[in-house]
Amino acid sequence: MPTRRRALLVLLSLIVASAASLALAVAVGAVAVDWSSALSRQVVFELRLPRALAAFACGGLLALAGALMQVLLRNPLADPYVLGVSGGASVGALLAILLGLAGLAVPGLAFAGALAAMLLVFGIAHGDGSWTQTRLLLTGVVVAAGCGAVVALILTLAPEQKLQGMLFWLMGDLSQANQGLDPLALLAVLFVALAATLPFARELNLLARSFDAAMALGVAVPFLRRMIYVVASLATAIAVTTAGAIGFVGLIVPHLVRLAIGMNMGNDQRLLLPASVLAGGSLLVLADTLAHTIAAPVQLPVGVLTALIGVPVFLYLLGRR
Amino acid sequence: MILEARHLSVSIGTNRICRDLDIALGAGDRLAVLGRNGAGKSTLLATLAGLRPPDGGELRIDGQAYADLGLRAAARLRGWLGQDRGDAFASTVLETVLTGRHPHLSRWSWESPSDARIARAALADMNLAGMESRELRTLSGGERQRVAIAALLAQQTRLCLLDEPLAHLDLNHQIATLELLARRARTEGVACAMVLHDPNFALRFCDRALLLFGDGTHVAGPVAEVLNEESLSRLYGHPMRRVATTDFPGPLFVAR
Repeated sequence: MPTRRRALLVLLSLIVASAASLALAVAVGAVAVDWSSALSRQVVFELRLPRALAAFACGGLLALAGALMQVLLRNPLADPYVLGVSGGASVGALLAILLGLAGLAVPGLAFAGALAAMLLVFGIAHGDGSWTQTRLLLTGVVVAAGCGAVVALILTLAPEQKLQGMLFWLMGDLSQANQGLDPLALLAVLFVALAATLPFARELNLLARSFDAAMALGVAVPFLRRMIYVVASLATAIAVTTAGAIGFVGLIVPHLVRLAIGMNMGNDQRLLLPASVLAGGSLLVLADTLAHTIAAPVQLPVGVLTALIGVPVFLYLLGRR
Repeated sequence: MILEARHLSVSIGTNRICRDLDIALGAGDRLAVLGRNGAGKSTLLATLAGLRPPDGGELRIDGQAYADLGLRAAARLRGWLGQDRGDAFASTVLETVLTGRHPHLSRWSWESPSDARIARAALADMNLAGMESRELRTLSGGERQRVAIAALLAQQTRLCLLDEPLAHLDLNHQIATLELLARRARTEGVACAMVLHDPNFALRFCDRALLLFGDGTHVAGPVAEVLNEESLSRLYGHPMRRVATTDFPGPLFVAR
């Protein structure tokens, strides 16, 4: 029996976990935290906290987008990148790096690429009005494959000194987060994305079961599908623009949350969406903290760590089913 | 009239399913829709449910067109049982039956204890008491069909449109389901239109029948008038015979 009480209990424990992950991210690093030292305060408030908040927002956006894509495609293996949004962003970002553009040009072109991919997939999949999930999935996968080819081409043509920057971008890396949106703006985007979808959570529960049955129960199916496509794509675009194509957060976090909640309410979007946001945010904060401390002073791209954690966890989950 | 169709034309692709179809269902009326595979029974039922537009004609639910009613109000008046059972994600039997309460809940409210009572009563009606916390995908096909019917019952609508409600059910549950629908029609005035494949069930549990011949023609009327050797033989493309026995009330139709 789904109850508000159970949902609030789960969310409360995740809020505590989120706060703990942020505190850890701020506390850990080459410089010890010492509130009496100006330098230490500067490190905490100007470097660590903004980076941790950006990581939290990106992780939350990716996990939310993943949960929404899984409903939209009615497929538990869907992730935020399956429809080509990150492919478009990668082409944009790598072009900017290749052309030697600096500053806002990299996130700017990445966002433009993500939007272009999103509109292309929507335009083609929606073309004849049928807009079935198979057609949508096929269009997205093909556009993603096309972007992959362009990315490979750029990597081949790029001069050697630009390769490392490109690879870091592709694997996902939060050290570039300070180039894009302010962390507080990112958190605001995350809040808006969640606030836009949460009122429709019970409708999403029905949509995840069957489109026709949802319609017979009074859900405005075409509107809702378009809305979650747009919200999930924009959330992905903003996260990818900020931190690169960080893998596996969007795929495994909703599944981790389902597993943790258990069967009763495990697929209730009223709980799954906010819980995924909190869990995705905390996971990326922890992964990023690990990424820049585990082999310090060498910084690992956080996307490598999320994938290294994500792949075995996901295979384990698949094996259990 | 809870359901009123006038001069309804329905087609899918280039296939004409029916033309100039008139249906009027009042409280407690039960209509059996019969026809061969691919004759368009499901498409007609989806049209009656407002899930796809008809090609022509008028369709009214409780005196109003679907467009004027709105999706939510429509969902409180008519329920629809489809053939597709989505199960991409895990869910419990109780959560599934509670989906029927969706049109009765406002945007921010959660299922109340009274919604849970209605859902549990629907489960008990479908002989599924005690299965509330089972995972849907661990159930057999017939049990899942009964869960879907329980969700429809929990929706508490005055009109039920059932596409093959007896699919996957064993004989015992086929009869129990039809008896339940007949009882609801008698005591609560719930009207039904259901796709059936057995003319004897139509004869016994419905008061009227609609025969879709698959070539755009149809016959509709009281079961005793519409169901006969000639119409059923034409309907199924197989000779059907009427048998009268002393130990069964009414005639029986058997395939030769």
